[in-house]
Amino acid sequence: MKTWPEQFLAAAAAMLVLTGCNKPAAGPDASADIIKVGEFASLTGSEATFGQSSHHGTQLAVDQLNAAGGVLGKKIQLLTEDNQSQAGQSATVVRKLISSDGVVAILGEVASSRSLEAAPICQQNKVPMISPSSTNPKVTETGDYIFRVCFIDPFQGTVMANFAGKRLQLKNVAILTDVKSDYSVGLTKFFKEGFLAAGGKIAVEQNYSGGDKDFNAQLTAIKAANPDGLFVPGYYTEVGLIALQAKQLNLAFPMFGGDGWESSSLVPIGGAALEGDYFSTHFSPQDTTPAVQAFAKDFLAKFHEPSDAMAALGYDSLMLLADAIKRAGTTEGTKVREALAATKDFHGATGNITIDPARNASKPAVILTITNGGFQYIETVAP
Amino acid sequence: MNFRHAKTILLAAWGVSLLASLAASRINPYWLYVFYDIGIGIVMAVSLNLINGYTGQFSLGHAGFMAVGAYVSAVITNQCGDLSMFAANGIFALALLAGGLSAALAGLLVGIPTLRLRGDYLAIVTLGFGEIIRVLLQNMDKVGAARGLSVMHGWTNLFWTFGLAAVTVYVVAALVNSTYGRGFMAVHDDEVAAEAMGLNTTKYKVTAFVVGAFFAGIAGGLYAHSKQFITPGGFGFMQSITFVVMVILGGMGNTIGVILAAILLTLLPEGLRMLAGIEHLAGFSANRPLSWLGETRMIIYSLLLIVLMLARPQGLFSRKRNAPVK
Repeated sequence: MKTWPEQFLAAAAAMLVLTGCNKPAAGPDASADIIKVGEFASLTGSEATFGQSSHHGTQLAVDQLNAAGGVLGKKIQLLTEDNQSQAGQSATVVRKLISSDGVVAILGEVASSRSLEAAPICQQNKVPMISPSSTNPKVTETGDYIFRVCFIDPFQGTVMANFAGKRLQLKNVAILTDVKSDYSVGLTKFFKEGFLAAGGKIAVEQNYSGGDKDFNAQLTAIKAANPDGLFVPGYYTEVGLIALQAKQLNLAFPMFGGDGWESSSLVPIGGAALEGDYFSTHFSPQDTTPAVQAFAKDFLAKFHEPSDAMAALGYDSLMLLADAIKRAGTTEGTKVREALAATKDFHGATGNITIDPARNASKPAVILTITNGGFQYIETVAP
Repeated sequence: MNFRHAKTILLAAWGVSLLASLAASRINPYWLYVFYDIGIGIVMAVSLNLINGYTGQFSLGHAGFMAVGAYVSAVITNQCGDLSMFAANGIFALALLAGGLSAALAGLLVGIPTLRLRGDYLAIVTLGFGEIIRVLLQNMDKVGAARGLSVMHGWTNLFWTFGLAAVTVYVVAALVNSTYGRGFMAVHDDEVAAEAMGLNTTKYKVTAFVVGAFFAGIAGGLYAHSKQFITPGGFGFMQSITFVVMVILGGMGNTIGVILAAILLTLLPEGLRMLAGIEHLAGFSANRPLSWLGETRMIIYSLLLIVLMLARPQGLFSRKRNAPVK
């Protein structure tokens, strides 16, 4: 057995050897015929389904662009790193993509918290970053190199207010908000503003906390106020339970909400009680627009599974980047950033995208309804 | 054990880390931040080793203490604007200390009522504590709740990370090598016998817990200022398990082994990531011939853990002492 200081010295020596192994980066790839694009995604871990979908969409875009001759005559190489859906990993992999691989831009992520981890690094290194589906407004507020191709939370509130007032002809709506979630509170705020401005009335506002199982108290109060519709901007688990309990209380009016509803688990939870309810989201493969149909068909052919919103947004994030690189005529970070900021009326799989001054996408939302246990496309609402 | 040169070595470690941090701009940022992760891993694992290894308790809530330190230090430094290098380092040191002390206080609060428990019961209680911290943070709107908290300053550098790792190692080693520290091992070996000899076992356990929590809080502060974004989800149960694995793999109650395990377990996934990214390899025609390593990286990591534990169940290093093992 060695003595303690000797052991310490050995460890220190090991550390020095490790540090010595570390060479400075070779810098961006000198070979001129490829454009390296970095992507960080939750390919494994708790949100793997989102990450995989998004990654498949991005991969499809790369394949299509390369088959068509690439961008600026160069092939696109997509370097994907997995962050295991874990906090702390995104910062590491994005640093690797930027400093070791020398990528020209970063794509990612679905979860806003992981995009927020990567955004300051991209901003510091002046590497443009496009988030496919982080809807939290804070993400793009990090700096002028951070963009997104999805709409932000407030927009859905406004969309549903218009939909409720114009299409459903509702006058007197009740609201049931998840006060624990930022997302839900934001949607409620903008729904209320939009709906009141259009001449509607809010019958009653009730709250719950994500994770609740019993909503009878709130629903009874809502029933007493006798509204003609119920806005529930929550997540699918609670929404399903709320629909079930509303049906038991014989509430006959329709329910509607935002993209937190979109999950394959919604209908198994809520069942027939959800029939005829509505929600807004980013994308529907049933949309008849040619761009959407082409994407849905290609995606099905390549991955043998139906496309979803995450895949379409992943696809659009790369297509938008490629478009900006083409317009910039270079892969230089500052020029690409300017081109991205100037994006106007880009035809993507999730609708026509214009980047607004806050670097968020101004684009249409789609509204779906639930019929026969499936999601049915109703209409596309322009911003 | 010989402990005479420990102070010299501590100073040497500081010197080396100070020099290294001056040369940091020449290091590829990706590897630089991997080194920070290693340093933070060492602080976490060595401090947990005091509780789980030397004192023989089983804590599963170490990431909870890390969270306390991370949030407290981040809230403090977020009050500051851009500062000169001197002021920044001063504030950072104070913030780290505040983070460590808050975590130590949390350790004391949990420790006093719970450390009368033993073994599995203690494990469950500490596990519950870690989750309470996480859920509390998730519901505190002031620090961003579930959204997470942006840390404005990336003040973590090689000097602080490895300087503090050296301090952690020194303090833990000094403690267990002191007369007082023999009490920890007595508690580890046989609690009943230790109590019969007149040792206040609860006091020893609480001391180990508080000291361990203090350094976990410091590691949390280093973590917050290297990642610059913290979420409550990042300090969950699985994170605690990672540090427990480092302690078990390194050899319970062996500081050098635990340091090596912390280095190994942090470098392994990154090394596999690097192998997966190799463009061309002699003898292979395909582009990126090892890319399959990328997809199976975590499986290989887990398999290596299993193999290592089968080959060396006592850890990379085992604790050997003159006293006969029970």
